[in-house]
Amino acid sequence: MSEWWSYRLEDFLLFAPRVYWRLIEAQNAALWPLHVASVGAGLAIVLLVARRPQNAMPWTGLVLAAVWAFVGWSFLLNRYAAINWAILYIAPAFFLQSALLAIAAVLPRGLTIDGRAAGGRTGLLVALAGLLLYPCLPLVSGHPWTSAEVFGIAPDPTAIVTLGLLLAARGPLLAVLLPIPLFWCLFSGLTLLAMDEVEAWLLLATAAFVPILVLVGRRRPQT
Amino acid sequence: MIITRRRLVEAAGLGAAAALLPTRMRAQATAPLTRVIPSSGERMPAVGLGTWITFNVGEDPALQAECTQVMAAFFAAGGRMIDSSPMYGSSQAVVGRGLERLGHPETLFAADKVWTSAPANGAVQIEQSRRLWGVKSFDLLQVHNLLTWEAHLDTLFAMKAAGRLRYVGITTSEGRRHDLLEQIMRGHPLDFVQLTYNPVDREPEQRLLPLAAERGIAVIVNRPFRQGELTERLDGEPLPGWAGEIGATSWAELILKFILSHPAVTVAIPATTRVDHVRENVAAAGGDLPDRSMAERIAAHIGAL
Repeated sequence: MSEWWSYRLEDFLLFAPRVYWRLIEAQNAALWPLHVASVGAGLAIVLLVARRPQNAMPWTGLVLAAVWAFVGWSFLLNRYAAINWAILYIAPAFFLQSALLAIAAVLPRGLTIDGRAAGGRTGLLVALAGLLLYPCLPLVSGHPWTSAEVFGIAPDPTAIVTLGLLLAARGPLLAVLLPIPLFWCLFSGLTLLAMDEVEAWLLLATAAFVPILVLVGRRRPQT
Repeated sequence: MIITRRRLVEAAGLGAAAALLPTRMRAQATAPLTRVIPSSGERMPAVGLGTWITFNVGEDPALQAECTQVMAAFFAAGGRMIDSSPMYGSSQAVVGRGLERLGHPETLFAADKVWTSAPANGAVQIEQSRRLWGVKSFDLLQVHNLLTWEAHLDTLFAMKAAGRLRYVGITTSEGRRHDLLEQIMRGHPLDFVQLTYNPVDREPEQRLLPLAAERGIAVIVNRPFRQGELTERLDGEPLPGWAGEIGATSWAELILKFILSHPAVTVAIPATTRVDHVRENVAAAGGDLPDRSMAERIAAHIGAL
């Protein structure tokens, strides 16, 4: 790219904010009341990770694998790609993440999740925020409730909940499960920042702090 | 039956505009300002319609209908040039659907771009674009932002020689790579060049606009309002009283009149999602245009706000 320094973030935005939020509204309208099931499944795995971590896998991995594949297909490919050609190149990463999560679910000792560990409690709070607070952001942003973003339906809360649960995880597969949701938080955060939306800061903060929390968690002895 | 512009636009929303369009064309009351394309002598209405961002609405039926209404109002006002690009997301498809609903107005001047880093993909992309527009051929194809410009210019000139394209152009925006643009303008028989020019982005006045006039290259001006940034900044500021001397009733009109006052400018292509704005934009090309001293006054006033 020539004269790259002369480009601003807004120069990469291909669509108007209202078109984006109407995409979310259309996704919600088409899938309601699946939201109840997706949030219910999210809360169930958070509860499992908190109360019965020994039983958290494979269910956590399988639920997350399912929602990453579903969001990649139903939102990214079926809706978002129509207004943002870059999504055609990013959507396969959602299916890759789904496959990696499925592998983590079935591979013995590939990933263990414990919400009672030090990093685990922080992770569960992040996951709960993604499940329960993220859909309430229209209260702050002023967008209509019909454009609320919900885990398993929209990509942003799906990535945040996933990262929260991964903060409670340990194992050899953790390193390959983090990059895609982190990348999505960065990509979507920058997109929303170009749109001057308040949600941008939550995504960028998640992308910035989760790697730090993972590193801090690694240095602590397991309890 | 007398068909008013309002009626045509209303009809677009009801899906009946296609039947009304030819009648409306005859009912056009005042012809818009036209400029000559130097390489052919063809006259072109001086305000076109850009589609960057505004027409990228995906599969949203309500927003697609809104775009169709904008196109209907544009044609009703006498506009001809619609400009798009494969880089603009769903814009080409939305233009195509709008044209279909409007019965493919014969006055359309279809301007699109080739935008791929792979030289071999140029022809394939152009064909995909043509299908999305639903036109037999494009009037103008431009190399988008100088990307792989040598190979794509070869393709476009070959298409023109074969009678499959009327005009060849090249584009840049926001003042980027003007040195290279100037070099290409000097070395190749371009019909059109597209660049950014407005009261606060005036660098083209130094070399590019005089060179276009000297070489007989038509000039399309993109981002006349800096993608809305300029008009948003001026929103709330009182329009100077002297704007009335040239018939400008809004900042958008004043800016467009400034742009069109440069004799080298052929067409300005503001993008909008609003019917009232498209009417206002085309109206800017009617009435008086500022002379150079008035143009300087406009630029100085806007630059100071």
